[in-house]
Amino acid sequence: MRFERREHRPVALVIATPLIAVVAALAIAGILIAIAGAPVFEAYWNILKGAYGSRLSATETLTRATPLILTGLAAAVAFRARLWNIGGEGQLYLGAITVAWASSHLIGSWPSALQIPALLIMGAVAGMILLLVPLWLRLRFSVDEVVTTLLLNFVAVLFVSMLIDTVLKDPTAFGWPQSQSVADAAMLPKLLARSRLNLGLVIAVVLALVLAFVQSRTVFGIQSRAAGLNPQGAVFAGVPLGRTLVVVACVSGGLAGLAGAVEVMGVKGYVTTDLSPGYGYSGIVVAMLANLNPLGVVVAGLFTATMFVGADGMSRAMGIPSYIADVIVALSLLTMLIAVFFTQYRIRR
Amino acid sequence: MSTPVLQIENVSKRFGQTLANDNISLSLDKGEIVALLGENGAGKTTLMSILFGHYVPDSGRVMVDGQELPAGRPRAAIRAGIGMVHQHFALAPNLTVLENVTTGTESLWSPRSRRREARAKLLAISERFGLKVDPDARLGDLSVGEQQRVEILKALYNEARILVLDEPTAVLTQIEAERLFATLKDMAAQGLSLIFISHKLDEVMSTADRIVVLRGGRHVAERRASETSKPELAELMVGRAVSRPVREPSDPGDVVLEAAAVTVRIGGVDRLKAVDFRLRAGEVLGIIGVSGNGQAALAQLLSGTAAMASGDLLLFGQPVDALSVKDAVTAGIGRIPEDRNKDGAIGEMAIWENAILERLSSFSRHGLVDRQAGMAFAQTIIDTFDVRGGSPASRIRLLSGGNMQKLILGRNLIDRPRILIAAQPARGLDEGAVAAVHERILDARRQGTAVLLISEDLDEVMALADRIQAIVGGRLSPPIPAQEASTRRLGLMMAGEWEGETAHAV
Repeated sequence: MRFERREHRPVALVIATPLIAVVAALAIAGILIAIAGAPVFEAYWNILKGAYGSRLSATETLTRATPLILTGLAAAVAFRARLWNIGGEGQLYLGAITVAWASSHLIGSWPSALQIPALLIMGAVAGMILLLVPLWLRLRFSVDEVVTTLLLNFVAVLFVSMLIDTVLKDPTAFGWPQSQSVADAAMLPKLLARSRLNLGLVIAVVLALVLAFVQSRTVFGIQSRAAGLNPQGAVFAGVPLGRTLVVVACVSGGLAGLAGAVEVMGVKGYVTTDLSPGYGYSGIVVAMLANLNPLGVVVAGLFTATMFVGADGMSRAMGIPSYIADVIVALSLLTMLIAVFFTQYRIRR
Repeated sequence: MSTPVLQIENVSKRFGQTLANDNISLSLDKGEIVALLGENGAGKTTLMSILFGHYVPDSGRVMVDGQELPAGRPRAAIRAGIGMVHQHFALAPNLTVLENVTTGTESLWSPRSRRREARAKLLAISERFGLKVDPDARLGDLSVGEQQRVEILKALYNEARILVLDEPTAVLTQIEAERLFATLKDMAAQGLSLIFISHKLDEVMSTADRIVVLRGGRHVAERRASETSKPELAELMVGRAVSRPVREPSDPGDVVLEAAAVTVRIGGVDRLKAVDFRLRAGEVLGIIGVSGNGQAALAQLLSGTAAMASGDLLLFGQPVDALSVKDAVTAGIGRIPEDRNKDGAIGEMAIWENAILERLSSFSRHGLVDRQAGMAFAQTIIDTFDVRGGSPASRIRLLSGGNMQKLILGRNLIDRPRILIAAQPARGLDEGAVAAVHERILDARRQGTAVLLISEDLDEVMALADRIQAIVGGRLSPPIPAQEASTRRLGLMMAGEWEGETAHAV
């Protein structure tokens, strides 16, 4: 048995691939659920109910999907150009704390219509800066950005942790390490009353559409793809490699920073060190699940959020640890990678 | 006569619509060298993959010493004494030579590695066949020729009696290739049997005892080397009489590119040392030399990917300080890179994207790419330059080497460049494609393009160039007119012996 590269990728196969992968992952996770002693189909039904069964749960799932889509886009855009940005988590926190600081100290009195865009931009810029440093190290000294972006996550989170325990500490928080809150005018408008669902979701989806367009139709899209696929060939064709990567880094870091800003301005209102349950890292998984396609990221972000929110509900109903959500998402990633492989290769014997 | 060591009987293999091997039979005697000659896509590699157990044939069988080999079992093939030297080496660059050779020969469960025995065995083999290599050198530090020696040693270490070499000279310089063939003859004299795959007539004629010609998956002819000729083989291989195009005399125009004492430094080393040349419209200037003598730096400088450290470069009479890729393309410099896969194409991108990548600004408005225009441009190239095997939307990786080269030529020549920098334009191409590429280059010359041809292939340079300069150690010899060029004189020039002949400078 051996693998041969497919010369053509049938459209039907490309569409069916993610579905087959998810079904396979659910089937494998079903074995674990059965071992844990619960009826498998009922458990999955409960996940679905937990994620979409009520108005509250449905809005909660969409709220949860918002930062995942943004960090997923951040990873997808960078990975496309072979810029391995593992630093989404740190960029998210830096975006978040920048927003909290700016709104509580700088522009909190501005009206919403000015303050919200200004804060979103500042959050994005903070994320950009945190990614431009490792990129500069890579371009100047060939330092591997996997290592630097990954380690900068810890630097950023600890830095934020220091700020919210000192200069930016909220004096009314009963001693908890928590930043001062953003102004009311800084909060993103709600999409639905009596829910946490906010404008952030719209921003995320619109950005996904914009990115899909940019990547397929613009000069920058073609150049960044060329730079990622074959840097040497791209240089020969006159693609400005450094400049392209700088733009990619700005977009990627900006999206991750924006995820933090949106999470603060849309949901929390302030920054704590548990603002993100690893959204920056989950974004990488979301991007891979989507095969780095911006529109796929929206779907993959929703899927991941569904699993996380739904598993909480299922765990309460069935007495199965909600960790099963992590297992399902991880299995989906593995089956997805295998499925993607089979869209590119076929088995021959 | 005794049984042949190897018999391939009536092997057929179909891939989808294409019949890659159609009822092919072949035999090999002890101590014999058989060349498998054919154009790219003739089914040579498929046949050898079947022999080695990588593919299972649809029908037919392989016999070693009269015993049938189970199909699709590389291990069985190795055990039967078949060794394969791949075109793209299957070696690990971060391991030493010894480690590479022993990989896969020891049981994973064995508690220790028998390094000492292995080393002794390796040294004995390398002594016996004159394949000198340091067992402790890191593979990645070796030259391509040495790496190939390691591949051969690895096969011999596995007790191979039948050695299959897939296009062994594709990656070698002429001198390395000659050395390789001497080794192969020596190995045959010592009782090994060899099959080598090739599409180069010279090496097939000089090395093989017997030549099997494949075309379109069929065994079309078999000749003893002593009873055939290059023209006959070329015709058998291509299926029709091929002749390389002939250069007609021309009347060169103005000097379009002039270099005076140009030095290029890459990675802290002077790759080009104070070189002088002048290139005129409507002429081909050939730069010959053994690879690694500065050709790459010269091509990069004129392609806009390397900077000049000192000297003067005049483009259409205007001094140029630094030439960027964009400058080069806009100035009308067509560029054929030495390595089409690494420099010339982004394999995973579509043909149309590859066609317009170096001139995106002419195919876009306000940053938006005009896909329609790009596709149309690619289709024009495909039609005009007879590129087969792909549509504008298919990935360029799917094209064969010759067709990819035609596309690269096409995207450069379609707008009638004023200068063409062609680095090894026909390297690795089969006879038919070489003729096509040469025809295009002469065509451009006829239309007034100034061509700088950088090549290691003396036949190619003598056929195409009006004037010839040699590059040795980063220095360029003075030019000689093509009429005065003989193989001997060019050989001397490539060895750096041109001092005292400066009087001939044009």
